[in-house]
This record gives sequence, C-alpha cells and structure tokens, in this order.
Amino acid sequence: MTKQQTPHKFRGLEVDPRRDHMQGPANAPVTLMEYGDYQCPYCGEAYSIVKQIEQRFDDNLRFVFRNFPLAQIHAYAEVAAEAAEAAGAQNKFWEMHDYLYEHQDQLAVPQLIAAAKRLGLDVDRFSDDLSQHAYAERVREDFLSGVRAGVNGTPTFFINGVRHDGAWDFDSLSEAINAQQKRIAA
Amino acid sequence: MNDDISVSQLNGLEAVETRVDTRTTTNGSGPLSAGVAAPEFSLQDAPDHTVSLKDFSGKRLILAFYPADWSPVCGDQMALYNEVLPEFKRLHADLLGISVDGAWCHRAFAKDRKLRFPLLADFEPKGEVARTFGVYRQHDGISERALFVIDEKGIIRWSYVFPITVNPGADGIINALEELESKGVAA
Repeated sequence: MTKQQTPHKFRGLEVDPRRDHMQGPANAPVTLMEYGDYQCPYCGEAYSIVKQIEQRFDDNLRFVFRNFPLAQIHAYAEVAAEAAEAAGAQNKFWEMHDYLYEHQDQLAVPQLIAAAKRLGLDVDRFSDDLSQHAYAERVREDFLSGVRAGVNGTPTFFINGVRHDGAWDFDSLSEAINAQQKRIAA
Repeated sequence: MNDDISVSQLNGLEAVETRVDTRTTTNGSGPLSAGVAAPEFSLQDAPDHTVSLKDFSGKRLILAFYPADWSPVCGDQMALYNEVLPEFKRLHADLLGISVDGAWCHRAFAKDRKLRFPLLADFEPKGEVARTFGVYRQHDGISERALFVIDEKGIIRWSYVFPITVNPGADGIINALEELESKGVAA
C-alpha cells in the first residue's frame, strides 16, 4: 500500500531522544509519557504528581512530555506550548515547562517573555520564535502523534507505550508503574 | 484495562469490526455495520436550520452519536474533535455530532465549548435517528456513544460503539478515513 502524503510527520509513541523532551536515564526500565496542555487545570495537578513520581522511582523511570494543547478551549495553551519549545531550543525546556505549570494563570505573551527573562534566555530570540510561531509545526506534530495514539483528553499518560486509563493520583500511577516494572522483571 | 477501549487496530474496511459493549446496549438489533447504506435523516442543527444526510452526498462524513451535552466525558470528546477537525478536513471528511438534546441546548453547549462543527438534535421523535442506526439506549433515553464513518456514496465504512463512560478519542476515525483515502475512492 502506498503511503499517503501528509503535511505532518506522524510519530508513534516511540521515544526519539533527539527530539523528545526527557528526564531520567535513557535506559530506565519504565518510560512515563505525558501528553499535556499548559493551561489545563488537571495537567497542573498532574505536574506536581509527576514530580513526586520521578522522586519515588528515581533512576528506574524516564519521563517524557509531549504537547497536546486544546487550543479552542484554552486560549493560551498553544502559545505556552510554543514557548516551552522555544525555551527548549535554548536548552531550557524543563525550566520553562516547570515555570508554566507553576504559573498557569500567567500565560499571555508579555508574561511568557517576562518568564524567559527570569530564566535567563536570549529574550530577543525567544520573542522572535514566538511571534513567528517557529515551533507551531513541532507542537502540531506532538498533538497529532497523540491523536493517533489514542490520546482523548489531557493529561493522558502512557506507561511503556500503553495508555494508562486509570486514575493518575500518586498512588494509582505508582501502582501502575510498579506493575510495569514487575512485568519486565518477570 | 477494558477490552472495549482498544479500537486502534483496523485491518482494512472489509473486515471492519463493529463491536458493542453488550453490558449496556439495550437496542435489539445492534448498530449498523460497515457495508450498509446509512439511513437518510434530517435533523435541526439550529433552531432555524436543518441538516440532512443527502447534504453530504459525494463527501465523507463522520457521525458522532453521544449521550448528552454538558456531561463531562462528552465535553472532552467534543473538545477533542474540535481540535482534530483540521485533520478530519484534510482527510476530506465533515463531522456531525448527534444527541437527543434540543437545538437550543446544542446552541448553548456549542457556544460554551466554541465548537466549530454542527450538533444535530435527535429530539423529536426522541432518538429516532439513533434508533435507525441501532444505537439508542431505550432504558436510558439517550444514544450510545457511537461513531460512524460514511463514504461519499453514503455507505457506512466503519462503526464502533464505546462504553458510555469512555472517551473514544479520534484514532479509530482517523484510521478509517486513511483507509478510505488509500483506496482512492476519494474526493
């Protein structure tokens, strides 16, 4: 069957270390992947839970974050996602990611630029990237990869490529990751 | 993990699966499946406007039956489709949401969620179109959460009924549309 021409590269759930934003060792037995939206209040809750999960599992866990902005209901979700990517281009993705989730009520462009300043970014470059939507395509790629993988809202988690449909409070996520670890060890 | 959720495997449209969550379905004959002509319908999408299946002749169409405006899962499902709409368009498909809610209710819901596609009111006689597609929940008075992909000749090419509490996502629809695209029946 001939492949259809698509304007966007579709990527699956396989982690691409050259492209994906990752925390934790590349060879960790479990990868927790989140598709998230910076303006989504539930993702804001998930943010601090993921931090605790990362502490708990330490070197046994790799965390990957991909953008899934619901731009029609969250007016700042898209620009915030592009801001995180623009910071990523200056090697400060996670600093910006954390900042955005810790300031979810401050996602308008002037506030994002102020954030870039605080994080020590090259602000001119950052502002240009935002105004030219330099990373819009990349955000869209993330989004479409999620749609194809069955992301149905935010946040959606995948544990070693399998969608986690249960609750995502600390205990539930921990349990699911533990179960995955046991499965691998078995 | 609930088996009913795993919809992403689609092995060609001839062998299309139409699965029903048998625990909840109350309709006798079950949902219309692939290969069957979609029944004609004509429903209000606004208090002063009506939409019919024949309006989409020559186009691909996604019908998304859902239980109710405002319920949390539906809100998420419709919000997702609102975001994925450009991708549906790229695959030459229009999207219609259908529930038993009235046209004024739909209008308020669509405005609140900034929906960019029509919501049809299967309101009077209540659930009649859902019944003709085999996805009405008699005891609950609402439709199933069910998806149909219809080709340009009005033939159902993929359908799926989801557990009522599960947001189906869009992957099943996209797989079905891409399958149609690859067969080149297309627009």
